[in-house]
Amino acid sequence: MATSSADRRIDRISGTAIPLRGNNIDTDRIIPARYLKAITFEGLGEHVFEDDRASMPDHPFENPAYAGASILVVNENFGSGSSREHAPQALKRWGIGACVGESFSEIFLGNATTIGLPCATADAEGVERLMASAEGNPRTHLTLSVAGGRVEAGGHFVPIRMPDAVREALLSGQWDATALLLDRFDEVRAVSARLPYVAGF
Amino acid sequence: MSRRTLLQKVWDLHTVRRLPTGQTQLFIGLHLIHEVTTPQAFDMLRARGAGVAFPERTYATVDHIVPTRDQGRPFADELAEQMMAALERNCREFGIRFADLGSDRQGIVHVIGPELGLTQPGMTIACGDSHTSTHGAFGAVAFGIGTSQVRDVLASQSLAIDPLKVRRITVSGTLGPGVYAKDVILEIIARLGVKGGVGFAYEYGGPAIEQMSMDERMTVCNMSIEGGARAGYVNPDETTFRYLAGRPFAPEGDAFERAKQWWASMASDDGAPYDDEVVIDGDAIEPRVTWGINPGQSVGVSERIPDPGASATEEAQADADAGALGEALDFMGFAAGAPIAGTKVDVAFVGSCTNSRLTDLREAARVVRGQRIAPHVRALAVPGSKAVRQAAEAEGLHEVFLEAGFEWRGAGCSMCLAMNPDRLNGREVCASSSNRNFKGRQGSPTGRTLLMSPAMVAAAAVSGEVTDVRRMLG
Repeated sequence: MATSSADRRIDRISGTAIPLRGNNIDTDRIIPARYLKAITFEGLGEHVFEDDRASMPDHPFENPAYAGASILVVNENFGSGSSREHAPQALKRWGIGACVGESFSEIFLGNATTIGLPCATADAEGVERLMASAEGNPRTHLTLSVAGGRVEAGGHFVPIRMPDAVREALLSGQWDATALLLDRFDEVRAVSARLPYVAGF
Repeated sequence: MSRRTLLQKVWDLHTVRRLPTGQTQLFIGLHLIHEVTTPQAFDMLRARGAGVAFPERTYATVDHIVPTRDQGRPFADELAEQMMAALERNCREFGIRFADLGSDRQGIVHVIGPELGLTQPGMTIACGDSHTSTHGAFGAVAFGIGTSQVRDVLASQSLAIDPLKVRRITVSGTLGPGVYAKDVILEIIARLGVKGGVGFAYEYGGPAIEQMSMDERMTVCNMSIEGGARAGYVNPDETTFRYLAGRPFAPEGDAFERAKQWWASMASDDGAPYDDEVVIDGDAIEPRVTWGINPGQSVGVSERIPDPGASATEEAQADADAGALGEALDFMGFAAGAPIAGTKVDVAFVGSCTNSRLTDLREAARVVRGQRIAPHVRALAVPGSKAVRQAAEAEGLHEVFLEAGFEWRGAGCSMCLAMNPDRLNGREVCASSSNRNFKGRQGSPTGRTLLMSPAMVAAAAVSGEVTDVRRMLG
């Protein structure tokens, strides 16, 4: 491994926010399938929300006021649909360092976590406050604290939540699970040995 | 021992350990891979100097990017060719079996796994594709995963994952003629919402499910993820065992008898505790059609498109607020309150991992036999695998489709997702047996998808508009 888990610890993400209103924004919209036709994730950032941006001139990702934002604020069931990791990869490569939303699709949340992109939930009121503050002043500076369980925006605090395992993985730098999963490989072998179908019945 | 659900039994048996993060390390019994979500995973493995832990528990095919018409190599599309070459190289380097384009076993990953008998009850299955839930039809616990997790499974044959709750969905009664598994799952998603299943596995049961063939059960489980449920399953029974007997990778002889006993023992116990239970009246389900931009936005074919101005009906989508309705109606260009029947269609697509199996093709062919498709309609019938294609041709189904004016294609994902030459143009409306009606899903950013059963797609192709297939079935 190139870096130790200590180097990979993720706690505070600071920067401006980009508010993206709407429920059930699916991964086909985040990154259209034509950009999955590649053998690397390079260059995905520039195509994030490409079709939505083309059809909605006021799409936040088209708005220069939100250029350089690092915290994406969304509503319900963000990232539904396809399991493509390309979706969080595209967001991360665009510059997003964390997402806050009312809820996330499960596969999206897992994919985001495993590439070190924290996704935290807040209640509808908290999300609305974050969106309104970014819309009112796109230069509002935010700090998301994984350990503190809150986002600070212009002197106000919005509480956020994460599944315990996700928070623990981010704070300990163990969000890339491969090393953990290989840590006690003899136990993996032991499970395989007790499965009737592995033995051919 | 206390009474347990199938999910709990499979989970307990496959748990390696509890990770320091609190997640479960779960052994994966079968890892299915394809060309789209794996090249980066293999590169990550190489970068770490890791290998594939259990190549014999991994099986590859190619489906998303393959042209369904001209399959000569190299592909005309250079990017598709690169992905194909990468999978070939990776399978060779790591010793993974690969049903490539030259193999009789090639097809959509969720069609060939079951067809080959790789998919079996009581297993854990993972694949870098959200429709992996399909394999739950056999009583397996099957997850869609992302590329970094594909790397994890390649490296360790296991996944770091949180436990799931179980929602039992009982479908009572008997489906009427012309009503299919697709209508059942569209009804379930309309009722419970597109995020209703987050955190759950769905256990489908009850008389209407038990009467279904394996092909139909696969259709139901396939779309679990469209309801937000990462996995969905049906308890294994005689229908499951009969399907598996004689499949290339199924056990044989005495081993099959022992397997059957074990498989049956993995079914949920009577009285097992569920985190939630829902009952759906199967007798009342009619053919359904989506009118919007997510799979929860469907109505019965005799019903009207919802009106955001009108008060919400019982039938209304659990997650449909007025804003979402308005956005969907704007995109689709449909009038609130208009009947869905009579909506003109430009394209008809029978195919995808949801509905491209032999019985799907049979039901569509039943409708188009002796008919012609409407002159303004372009229609494709795309078998899910080479084996399905061969079996359909042995029954003469290809002639039925061709005589009606359908194109008869090679196996692949085709027009479900626009990663190959099959796609919508402009604002075309497509009657589609696939699984997602998201904006842009079928390859045109403004293209419009109406999800329905293969028989309903066939009816729409013939009449040129959304039509109640029950009127066309003698």
